[in-house]
Amino acid sequence: MEVLFRNVRELVERATQENKLISEIMIEQEIMITDRSREEIMAQMDRNLTVMEEAVEKGLRGVHSTSGLTGGDAVLLQNYLKKGNTLTGELMLDAVSKAVATNEVNAAMGTICATPTAGSAGVVPGTLFAVKNKLNPTREQMIRYLFTSGAFGFVVANNASISGAAGGCQAEVGSASGMAAAAIVEMAGGSPAQCAEAFAITLKNMLGLVCDPVAGLVEVPCVKRNAMGASNSLVAADMALAGVTSRIPCDEVIDAMYKIGQTMPASLRETGQGGLAATPTGKWLEAKIFGGAVVGSGN
Amino acid sequence: MKFKSVFDIIGPVMIGPSSSHTAGAARIGRVARDLFGKQPTWAKIHLYGSFAETYKGHGTDIAIIGGLLDYDTFDERIKTAFKDAEQAGLTYEFIPETAHTEHPNTARIIIGDESSEMSMVGISIGGGKTEITELNGFPLRLSGDMAAILVVHEDRSGCIASVSNCLAKYDINIGHMEVSRREKGNMALMVIEVDQNVNAQILKEIGELPNITQVTRIAD
Repeated sequence: MEVLFRNVRELVERATQENKLISEIMIEQEIMITDRSREEIMAQMDRNLTVMEEAVEKGLRGVHSTSGLTGGDAVLLQNYLKKGNTLTGELMLDAVSKAVATNEVNAAMGTICATPTAGSAGVVPGTLFAVKNKLNPTREQMIRYLFTSGAFGFVVANNASISGAAGGCQAEVGSASGMAAAAIVEMAGGSPAQCAEAFAITLKNMLGLVCDPVAGLVEVPCVKRNAMGASNSLVAADMALAGVTSRIPCDEVIDAMYKIGQTMPASLRETGQGGLAATPTGKWLEAKIFGGAVVGSGN
Repeated sequence: MKFKSVFDIIGPVMIGPSSSHTAGAARIGRVARDLFGKQPTWAKIHLYGSFAETYKGHGTDIAIIGGLLDYDTFDERIKTAFKDAEQAGLTYEFIPETAHTEHPNTARIIIGDESSEMSMVGISIGGGKTEITELNGFPLRLSGDMAAILVVHEDRSGCIASVSNCLAKYDINIGHMEVSRREKGNMALMVIEVDQNVNAQILKEIGELPNITQVTRIAD
């Protein structure tokens, strides 16, 4: 399969040489690979954006999962924000609350758009709808935010992994946070190279993140990890925009993430057997939800 | 390149909570139904690895049943799939396995009705993307780089030629092709990786060729 880029270096080089945005390279590649029109591709991403927007709104109104493990935190965060006395700042907590909102909807089996997965679906829209209030982007710029995120996710998915079962949460929320950081930088007017720096800085700081869902549910600690991932991406985006660079090149960070994932024990890769899932409280919650062992058959 | 489209990364639009365990599972179930070609009346679903450990919490079970009922990843009816299965006359059983498989998210689906049965192994590779690795005991070695179609047919002379002629007529280039059969004259399988998109009309036309049992598009 012919592609315009296989890694971040090629992606940034192409964008820089052709004086284009990362999002534009991703759009051009999509046209090339799928043989579909630009209009059709933009319209599909527009629909995904709408799904994300609806999930954020639904979560901010308050949802709860059937297990009772998650729900309502997005509302708590918004109420706290309205008091106007936050420590980390309005934009930061707004992003955090919207990331949480999305994942609470996901945990409640609501409709979401995977970015790149369902368990990590909060970070990209959470940051987008918070940054939106600051940068006032056009609808097209918001759609481009998703293509920029997608370009970096494309590299990770093809050269490493975006699956928690295969590579730990670093592959899911780690990738999502890097993707969001790169997209924030582009929306804020940073260069393609700065997008890559933001991605690298974010992912470096989420390396080794285990996937240890309590009772095997995409709830604890997944929802809060999306919140922290969103804050990571905002800080990294600011760092990259300030001119800070990553000493380790972006592609090497992605490679390191993959290798760490491969050497992680199975108990820390979405089996619900290790980490937080194996704590006394984690086990107690599992027994409470499933009434003992998590085995059995349907019908 | 396993992931081809940006919509493999920003997407699918789906019912939560897990792209691998819910959306991927729904897709595996739906491909099984497609390959079977009709509504099965019973299903035995063996789950391996992470699927086996966490299927209840992720709704992997209801998603696979949803897929067998022909629901897409974003179909809200996935939530009521068990009840819907009962109404559709589909009985099912989930069997968590401890055996080690190459991929952590693996499902072996055996479905059937009073006249036929079929077995298929599907894996969920992340972000809702899936691959089929085995059909009725035939191992499928799909690179995942390209779109592919699966053609189940009777082992008769001219079958392979008629399918490739049909693809040629629509300017569809074959990138890789594998043919296999259980025993001479029996059921056989073509796995054809193609460079261009094979639309529903072409699939239908292939399906109507002599000795062709079933045609399905996968891994695109």
